[in-house]
Amino acid sequence: MVLIDVIVILFLAAGIIFMFTGVIGLLRLPDFYTRLHATGKCDTLGEVLIIAGLLLYHFFVYSPGAELSVKLVPVKLLFLIVFIFLANPTATHAIMKAAYKTGVKPWKKGDARM
Amino acid sequence: MIEVFLAIALLIALTILLSLYRAALGPGVFNRVAAINVIGTKTIVLLVIIGFYFGQPWFFIDIALLYAVLNFIGTLAFAKYLERGEVWS
Amino acid sequence: MNAKSGKGFGILVTFCAMFLFWLLLSGHIITEEGKLDVLHVGAGIICSAIIALISHDLLVKEKGEKMLSKSFRFVIYLGWELWQIVLANFDVAYRVLHPKMPIDPLIIEFDTSLRSDFALVTLANSITLTPGTITILVDPEKGKFLVHAIAKKPADALLVDKTMQKKVADVYMEW
Repeated sequence: MVLIDVIVILFLAAGIIFMFTGVIGLLRLPDFYTRLHATGKCDTLGEVLIIAGLLLYHFFVYSPGAELSVKLVPVKLLFLIVFIFLANPTATHAIMKAAYKTGVKPWKKGDARM
Repeated sequence: MIEVFLAIALLIALTILLSLYRAALGPGVFNRVAAINVIGTKTIVLLVIIGFYFGQPWFFIDIALLYAVLNFIGTLAFAKYLERGEVWS
Repeated sequence: MNAKSGKGFGILVTFCAMFLFWLLLSGHIITEEGKLDVLHVGAGIICSAIIALISHDLLVKEKGEKMLSKSFRFVIYLGWELWQIVLANFDVAYRVLHPKMPIDPLIIEFDTSLRSDFALVTLANSITLTPGTITILVDPEKGKFLVHAIAKKPADALLVDKTMQKKVADVYMEW
């Protein structure tokens, strides 16, 4: 019981650290394209790590001896992980394509912040 | 474990608050759309973790799944609209 | 395999996948008295049948055996990809948290031999999730990619080494 708690806390802590890195990147980087580098990667892994930790917790704490609709929650969390892995890069790509086609200029080294 | 879930939920709320700076002030519409997409994906995780905090995750996971799909479609529609000036072509 | 039986196979596979998805999401298969839950399962069958009839051509495009071997190699590729994602996160964290922010963005362009939708989506999402690069535009007819790189080194990994293109081409057998 204690072991699973420690593993889950490790997962959650790693996820929240990556999510904070993504937000710091969103605030600190100089222009739109580079900001999406931070959010597209760090948020994906951070959220997946947090949900994976919760999946492990549910699988070992709530699932044993429960009814079927409770036992299916880890499967739904797995669907959520797959969906985030597919949808997050695609959404990033869609916003980036829209910005590129409407002519947002990328930042070059030495320019002012945008 | 309840305290851990509460702490993680509060930290996620803090990251949402920080992203809100970019959504409110970020120069140009694209920075705002990107920030709103980020806030949406963080909200999914927040919903799941609130379910665990109340000890009944099976009530919240369906809402989280639905919110994930809606957030993705909303971002795609917004990007299409900004790119072409219309959603359907 | 002629066109008509191929279509029937596609509808069948889509129906089975959708119905399995329905059962996993609803969880109402047996009622409390121990009988089959006719209402929920019946609604699932009707909904899956409608979806399978309308959109069977989105999911299944080719024969069964080929898909199986592709899925197998895709799982192996996924392991490598997960490791790359972890590396990408540490790369971004280093660039973001470094006081001087060692970034030098540039936009690069390259061709690939990939043509099918699944292969292009896999490569585009992999590029977005691996260190320092994000896909901007994909031209599906010429297999052309426009990529925004955050520095010179990750751009060279795509332009010179081409590790990722080779791996995706191996998975989908499109050299």
